Amino acid sequence: MKSSFRVFLAAFLALGLSWCGFVLAPVNQLGTARQAAVLNSSDVYPLQRTGEATLGLQIYRANGCAACHTEQVRQEGVTCDVVLTELGKNGAAIVNALVEIEDLMHKENPENEHIGVSSEKIYHKVSKTIADSISDKIAAAGGKSETHIIPFGVDIARGWGLRQSVAADFLYDTPIQLGSLRAGPDLANVGARLPDANWQLVHLYAPQALVKKSAMPPFRFLFEVRKVGNAPSPDALKFPQGFAPPAGSEVVPTPDAKQLAGYLLSLKTDAPLYEAPFTSVMTKP
Amino acid sequence: MSPTETKNFSTSEVDASCRVPLLALFGGAALWLVAGLALSLVAIMTFHKPDMFADCPLLTYGRVQPAANDALLYGFCIPAALGVMLWIFARLSQTELCLPLMPIVAANLWHLGVLIGVVTILLGDSTGFAWLEFPRGSSVLLFAAFLLIAICAVATLGARKERELHPSYWFLLAALFWFPWIYSTANLFLLAHHPVRGAAQAVIGWWFSDNLIFVWLALVGVGTALYFLPKLAARPLHNEFLALFAFWTLILFGTWCGIPQGAPLPAWLPAASAVASSLLIVPLIAIAVIACKTVRGSAVSCKGGPLCYVKFGTAAFVLSGLMLIAEACPQISRVTEFTWFGAAQVQLQTLGFFTIVMCGAIYELLPRVMGFELPFPKFVRLQHWLFMLGIVLWAGSLAAGGVEQGMKLQNANTAFADSTTTALMFLRVGTTGLLLILLGSLLFAVNIFVITFKWKMALLKSVVAAIKAPLATESASASLRRDQGEVEP
Repeated sequence: MKSSFRVFLAAFLALGLSWCGFVLAPVNQLGTARQAAVLNSSDVYPLQRTGEATLGLQIYRANGCAACHTEQVRQEGVTCDVVLTELGKNGAAIVNALVEIEDLMHKENPENEHIGVSSEKIYHKVSKTIADSISDKIAAAGGKSETHIIPFGVDIARGWGLRQSVAADFLYDTPIQLGSLRAGPDLANVGARLPDANWQLVHLYAPQALVKKSAMPPFRFLFEVRKVGNAPSPDALKFPQGFAPPAGSEVVPTPDAKQLAGYLLSLKTDAPLYEAPFTSVMTKP
Repeated sequence: MSPTETKNFSTSEVDASCRVPLLALFGGAALWLVAGLALSLVAIMTFHKPDMFADCPLLTYGRVQPAANDALLYGFCIPAALGVMLWIFARLSQTELCLPLMPIVAANLWHLGVLIGVVTILLGDSTGFAWLEFPRGSSVLLFAAFLLIAICAVATLGARKERELHPSYWFLLAALFWFPWIYSTANLFLLAHHPVRGAAQAVIGWWFSDNLIFVWLALVGVGTALYFLPKLAARPLHNEFLALFAFWTLILFGTWCGIPQGAPLPAWLPAASAVASSLLIVPLIAIAVIACKTVRGSAVSCKGGPLCYVKFGTAAFVLSGLMLIAEACPQISRVTEFTWFGAAQVQLQTLGFFTIVMCGAIYELLPRVMGFELPFPKFVRLQHWLFMLGIVLWAGSLAAGGVEQGMKLQNANTAFADSTTTALMFLRVGTTGLLLILLGSLLFAVNIFVITFKWKMALLKSVVAAIKAPLATESASASLRRDQGEVEP
């Protein structure tokens, strides 16, 4: 290349293209997002965090919690359970439909004929398309059925969340704290998993007291150890046996610690959304 | 009569014109290299003994880790790169550095900005975005300093004698243009009064990190390697067209990488990133071919000298690029995402590739710029071995630990604690590597500071001599010098 202007032009073109793709387009698509409707309900999601939890996000940011914790659950896919709730009045038709469904399931998984069918007429772990045709056939025969959507994946099997994380979960988070390393467990749904405020505070003060083999550093600087005055503080932490501070002193969380715990408790991705549906009534098989 | 058009500068004059700006940039950079690696070591100690800094908010892992990364990237990598870039520009243009005062001012502004930024992170006021943790004040300082240096570099480029641009110009010039764009975009969209909402922040953050850590470092590092490899190996650069091809494909595909495959985003974003990442193999192969063909058959044996540095650095770049491609492959990323593997790639890119190329380049150019030899030439070889061994141990164990940790995480029946304990073993080995790199960086800093000190002493002596000397001899020596200057070219 002879002129520096051509180099400039090449760089401008290449960077400009990716700028349009990865800055401008996401700002238009995601930056203008609004609250989404929760499936099968009139609620919207997500709700603004409370004041304490909003402040807690800043404590989370200041101490770099995202260096070790992610806030994103991955899923590998969904399966469906179809539950036959009502047989309807047309006995012959429903029997026909059930036979057809047996065929359908057999076609989907010929090796394991009985995999999906239990005595209560629940069709377990079928794909979404099969589930749809099963419920169609039952409806055509005059019966009624319910389809439960069950996301699966390693993160979900570990109990870290009910469904995958989606962009809508982070609508009100500034700065967004997705994290990129799991030196500690995922926190996307920690507020629903571990809803006890005292547990969260004790865990911040002395992680190894609650989780053996935890690699988390204690955040003692967020707490104050002091002599019990006339009456013990209502905020004082309640420790499990063997970890309590020496008699006559108590551990009291600073406002920072309370806000951080408030933020952790506010981390709940438990609403089914259009892009991440699930049915919460089912217990995992 | 414009001096830049007619006057021919001797090589030593060109080198001498860079002296003060380069010392200002490299001196601070050497300090930050040591400081950044020391902070990294402090950070990793938390994994050896979790409650080590439980009462000290300044040294908590989540603050020290980003501070260490930023000290290395903004403190060492970028100023060292800018210094090397200025020298290459002056050398290729065969002209004295234009506006030499600007890079001196800029170097001080830059290092002040980094100092403010690192202290702010340690005090707990980082912005919370990766590679963008510095507060607004220091971002403004960095941005202004970069612009000053870019102006100086472009002015030097404009004064060049040979109109045809050497391949390493393309890479370096693009890098000068790159940083202001990505840095201002990231700051304006993420840290202004009304930042963008929600997940768009994450996308812009990833775009910025990728363009800074992968593309910017690649542009400067490869540009520097393309200048030094032929020079040090005493062979012509293999195929300018291939270099042009590598340049185009690198900037076209490299800019779209960096969005993790499992990200909670609309599917087109990670998909676009995966496609671009797989295409990244093209510039990587091109760069590897250029480097191999240029160096192969060279009669020069490197013996731990700058050529070894640049060769090792280029190999590390290709490897780090391959790791980036692996991370973008959905099947592999299912295992490696959220593990130490990503950190290994970043460490290989910043330390294994960029820092080593920069150290090699600085060791090569510094004796020329200063006009005398390095005070401890044996340190160069020792540092090369320390760095090489250290990086293999550090990045290697992080990568292996990451894969092992990912395998455990992928099995839902394995307790989570198992995955962290597994990684811990690898982190212990890695810490040894980090320690070796820290030792190597100390050798580097000693060389830089002793050479600066020697130069200052020589300067002081000449000033004292000038004061003591009678007027007549001074004017005589001045005329003598003028005569020599005219003879030299």
